Amino acid sequence: MSLEFFVEYTPFIAEGIIVTLQLTLISYFLGFLIGSILLLIGMTPLRIIARIYIEVIRGTPLLVQLFFIYFGLPSIGVRFDAYISALLALTINTAAYQAEILRSAAKSIPEIQILSAESLGMSRSQIFRYIILPISLRTSIPAMVNEFLTILKQSSLASIIGVVELTRRGEYVAAYTYRAFEAYLIVASIYLAASYIFSYLSKILEKKYKIPGYTGV
Amino acid sequence: MNYVLEMINVTAGYENKPVIKNINLKISRGEKVVMMGPSGSGKSTLLKTAILLVKPWSGKIFLDGEELTSEKTDLRRARAKTGFVFQSYNLFPHMKVIDNITLPLRIVKGLNKSEALKKAFEVLKIVKLEEYAYKYPLQLSGGQQQRVAIARALAMDPVILFLDEPTSALDPEMKIEVLNTLRDIAKRDIAMLIVTHEIDFAKDIADRIVIIEDGVIIEEGRDVLTNPRTERAKRFLGYLSSKM
Repeated sequence: MSLEFFVEYTPFIAEGIIVTLQLTLISYFLGFLIGSILLLIGMTPLRIIARIYIEVIRGTPLLVQLFFIYFGLPSIGVRFDAYISALLALTINTAAYQAEILRSAAKSIPEIQILSAESLGMSRSQIFRYIILPISLRTSIPAMVNEFLTILKQSSLASIIGVVELTRRGEYVAAYTYRAFEAYLIVASIYLAASYIFSYLSKILEKKYKIPGYTGV
Repeated sequence: MNYVLEMINVTAGYENKPVIKNINLKISRGEKVVMMGPSGSGKSTLLKTAILLVKPWSGKIFLDGEELTSEKTDLRRARAKTGFVFQSYNLFPHMKVIDNITLPLRIVKGLNKSEALKKAFEVLKIVKLEEYAYKYPLQLSGGQQQRVAIARALAMDPVILFLDEPTSALDPEMKIEVLNTLRDIAKRDIAMLIVTHEIDFAKDIADRIVIIEDGVIIEEGRDVLTNPRTERAKRFLGYLSSKM
């Protein structure tokens, strides 16, 4: 191992974090929107739709979902480039997991709180907006952050279909220099640093939004 | 005839099991009614059915002259004319006390922010908890939480207040504090339907006592506690006083 190697290749590999973060942030937030909608659907008679979606996505590997979108869909005439395919796969995947996290948080809200809201004359949509969603969100911050870190790391699968993100750049360097050990050491360190920063931020978030006295979830 | 609540031949239950059967109950404006009965007798279901939190299978329910069981009734608006306090977990834990009270005033009653705040402090004053306005519910004692729930119910200017065992989840001293608050409120011209087994409290405030067993009203009247007529009521009251 030589220091020059790290000095020379770290900047090139590190640049990949931009695409990695794009994939992670965009898919996570889109996934959050879809996850919230799934939570809502789960409270209507159409809940079976949400259930099937969640079971199918959670029961199949992300890599297979990615291959299905990138390699499978073109055969029925639907074509996305690698980047969009990766975004789509990550989004539909994290949506299912986030929906499940929110659902279990919502389930732990005492029924009497919902009855209280109803007795005060609130509508179903008001109850969802003012009671169920905020409580579920605030009690599930640790699990939601965990899911974010999962997506951050799983975005590395995008490298397999050729998206030039962090892992792919590491692969380039490894192939070019034949020094896979150092190349992946750099890649791993950057993931680790990013994870660490986000879990630190989440602690601040958790502190700020924790419901005082709540030990529910 | 000036009833705030009329339940006429109401039957309701869960799945296939009826819990209250052919209930007939009328409550006049300002009247205080205490309901007692063994656990599982249907007291809680009766209260919930009164504002259709449990849908009745048959019968009619009128609130302040308006038929709740009619399709045409705006149920949300009608419910906003009542107050409901459950045994526990009434308050929304993620909102400060003040927001717990102002939220329904704003989004259900349509008050603006300053009107809602004014009203909230008014009712907090009644339950003597103004200084807790900016605390979160779970930073309060169980008794204080119940008093906030009572304040929130009062803020809606209800024609009737439903209280479902409001003190049964509390320690003895907190019980006293909540019962005292309720005694104060009983002086107001708001009808109350209270499920409680606090006999002394019931004697103090009740215009009428209703005893319910197996989903049926077995006896009612002003002097049921001192002079029960039916064997079942005698047995139940005997059991209650043996527990005191």
